[in-house]
Amino acid sequence: MRILSYFLLCFAFSHTTIFVFFFSFFALSANLSSFSSLFLPISASKSHFPIDVILLIFFAKNKTLRAMEEENVTSSPSTPVHRLRHRRRSNEVVMDGDRVNASPLLVNDRNKYKSFMVRTYSTLWMIGGFVLIVYMGHLYITAMVVVIQIFMAKELFNLLRKAPEDKCLPWIKQLNWHFFFTAMLFVYGRILSQRLANTMTADQFFYRLVTGLIKYHMAICYLLYIIGFMWFILTLKKKMYKYQFGQYAWTHMILIVVFTQSSFTVANIFEGIFWFLLPASLIIINDIFAYIFGFFFGRTPLIKLSPKKTWEGFIGASVTTIISAFVLANILGRYPWLTCPRQDLSTGWLQCDADPLFKPEPFALPAWIPEWFPWKEMTVLPVQWHALCLGLFASIIAPFGGFFASGFKRAFKIKDFGDSIPGHGGITDRMDCQMVMAVFAYIYLQSFIVSQSVSVDKILDQILTNLTFEEQQALFVKLGQMLKDKLS
Amino acid sequence: MQKEIAGDAPSAPTTRVRHRKRNSDVGAGAGKPNGNHLLVNDSKKYKSFLIRAYSTFWMIGGFALIVYLGHLYITAMVVVIQIYMARELFNLLRKTHEDKQLPGFRLLNWHFFFTAMLFVYGRILSQRLVNTVTPDKVLYRLVTSLIKYHMAICYSLYISGFVWFILTLKKKMYKYQFSQYAWTHMILIVVFTQSSFTVANIFEGIFWFLLPASLIVINDIFAYICGFFFGRTPLIKLSPKKTWEGFIGASITTVISAFLLANIMGRFLWLTCPREDLSTGWLLCDPGPLFKQETHALPGWISDWLPWKEISILPVQWHALCLGLFASIIAPFGGFFASGFKRAFKIKDFGDSIPGHGGITDRMDCQMVMAVFAYIYHQSFVVPEVLSVDKLLDQIITSLTLEEQQALLVKLGQMLQEKVIGS
Repeated sequence: MRILSYFLLCFAFSHTTIFVFFFSFFALSANLSSFSSLFLPISASKSHFPIDVILLIFFAKNKTLRAMEEENVTSSPSTPVHRLRHRRRSNEVVMDGDRVNASPLLVNDRNKYKSFMVRTYSTLWMIGGFVLIVYMGHLYITAMVVVIQIFMAKELFNLLRKAPEDKCLPWIKQLNWHFFFTAMLFVYGRILSQRLANTMTADQFFYRLVTGLIKYHMAICYLLYIIGFMWFILTLKKKMYKYQFGQYAWTHMILIVVFTQSSFTVANIFEGIFWFLLPASLIIINDIFAYIFGFFFGRTPLIKLSPKKTWEGFIGASVTTIISAFVLANILGRYPWLTCPRQDLSTGWLQCDADPLFKPEPFALPAWIPEWFPWKEMTVLPVQWHALCLGLFASIIAPFGGFFASGFKRAFKIKDFGDSIPGHGGITDRMDCQMVMAVFAYIYLQSFIVSQSVSVDKILDQILTNLTFEEQQALFVKLGQMLKDKLS
Repeated sequence: MQKEIAGDAPSAPTTRVRHRKRNSDVGAGAGKPNGNHLLVNDSKKYKSFLIRAYSTFWMIGGFALIVYLGHLYITAMVVVIQIYMARELFNLLRKTHEDKQLPGFRLLNWHFFFTAMLFVYGRILSQRLVNTVTPDKVLYRLVTSLIKYHMAICYSLYISGFVWFILTLKKKMYKYQFSQYAWTHMILIVVFTQSSFTVANIFEGIFWFLLPASLIVINDIFAYICGFFFGRTPLIKLSPKKTWEGFIGASITTVISAFLLANIMGRFLWLTCPREDLSTGWLLCDPGPLFKQETHALPGWISDWLPWKEISILPVQWHALCLGLFASIIAPFGGFFASGFKRAFKIKDFGDSIPGHGGITDRMDCQMVMAVFAYIYHQSFVVPEVLSVDKLLDQIITSLTLEEQQALLVKLGQMLQEKVIGS
């Protein structure tokens, strides 16, 4: 009886809170038309909450969390901008790895009810903070992604570093950050170049500077990379070769992993917050419900790499994720703030023609349902079918990101990737499944949803980078004329 | 002849020889002072010089044959070199003891190799593949749908490799498996970046592949020759046999020959025309403003001494000067990187496919750095000079369908309108 009541309470509580948060924020925003600001160039928009209020909330919450942490040693809440992954801490996993698999399962742990309440509390804080940032817009989400990325890279750079060798090599840290900066310039330059060009007005000094930068973007990044490469070779020290080459390879691997997924995340954001929010939420939901199902029903272990995961948790979470993908897509797809793509780097309100994906269509239910239920047909946004695919991936393949991270930690005998989040390890621990999902969402989006083909993009890029403004106008006129002649 | 001289032997015709002493000698003599290693002091050097010259001629002959055959054959040669390089590098840090316990692991490496090849060559050759296949046929629709879902196909292949890797993780072998996984990724990135850029250069015009490759070969040959006769001061601790005299002499020679070679090569349409599809026949095109001769009046003092009053220069020769500068100064760092890597992991050579010279990676290390630079230079500085409104319009007409052209028009209009309103 007690278990059932807890279950119902938590189920209702978490669902209600999530939905209440989403509904309230977005209903509020949809009605407040007075919040719309003009399409200003990059400048702090006065219609949104000031940054210092947010930072105040962030630090106040952290203080309360640390106070709570001292009470409860086993598990603690996390900071609001990171998503909670409801898995037991890896240190416990490593220690229990040799024992029989039955004892690490969550079902048998006696402290679990206390830790459950603490985790729920922190999850709500994180979701609340996340919703706030989503409300503020594309540029702020991008800033959040960049901050997360910097912390992740810092954790990973420090991971396989050995202190005595590092003392002999004074410049190795600077070299890593040089490559990081080069990668950031390259990746974000490619994604945001068109939008940056659209933000600048045509005859200002900035415009020429920006178009010049975009034109020689690849050459600048290559120059920076070659400088780093030569710097590396000139600082090779005898007897340290192996360590230095190992660090060089490790740096490249980190930067590739971190920047691929964050660049795809940012590209998704500018296609419409929907394509960032939905995949991220699905991963969170998958984690939460894997925890809940494992909490109540978990018996059969899933994979040797993570002894606390169970088949019951996995399957229950899969079903829940797919259903909530379908439902969530319907809810999120009604808001232009989430579904409109952002063509420049402004921070104001968005208006656009609704993509046919987000227009409701009636869907006749199959024959057996109207016999049992009163509904004959329901309105379905076409995007909900795409959301089913995203949900399927999030529940079945994305957990492999988590397994990869677990295996990696075991291989190199590391407890956690870092310790920036008290009680949960580092940021990479939180982001491992998100990374796999972000890449999939981007590729799915580009292959199946965005109708523009690769060649149009390429030629548009060439036009933007190689022609001056007057030449672009001349091209436009000529092309228009040509097409008109063809059609007539 | 190989049995006579233990030190050096001829190389296979399709790869370029790098005139450096073998690293085996370097490794053995590391403790002695640097003076004993320089080529100038080696007593057997004249004999080895002849052997190397003999093999160089064979290689250059074979290479010229392949260039004559055309773009597709050069691409095939690049792909073959790449496969051998990847195989050498995959085998390099492998430990046989662990490998016996992991049966499917080598297959995983080749799975990732195949995925990378599909991805990289699909991106570069997609447009040209479309141009080769005639419309209204089944093959055309197959090809266009493959290109449309190209990224998705490559991603699913990669993810299946990723999942396969995780499912084959074996207890107590985790560290070895993760290191092999990281090593595989690094190899594939290094090998495929430079080979994809090489192929992209080839299809822009064999000139943009032949000139950088020749400059690296010339730089190596003249570094060897200048070091042979004049080398005294060692250059860098990583490669004790290299000398400052060789380096500087080779730099000057490379820059001058870049200027001259560009003039010679720029006269042939076969080398300067881009290839728009995957055919193998003869090429005819308008070479573009870069390859049209311009006459420059020589400064006063030269015409006093020499009978020439003016010279005709192709504008591309100035670009060739930049390429030559890079080839002589920065590209050797690729060689230093490879030397350092071999010392770090205590390897004598990357492989042994070329008798007497180690593996293919030993030959290609500087070429890789140069190929990437040539591609980026071409895209950043040559293409904008050459591209004009009419050329772009031509490209739009030939490569986009009618709907895509209309979509392009709409997007371009939006972009321009926003800029006009803003101003």
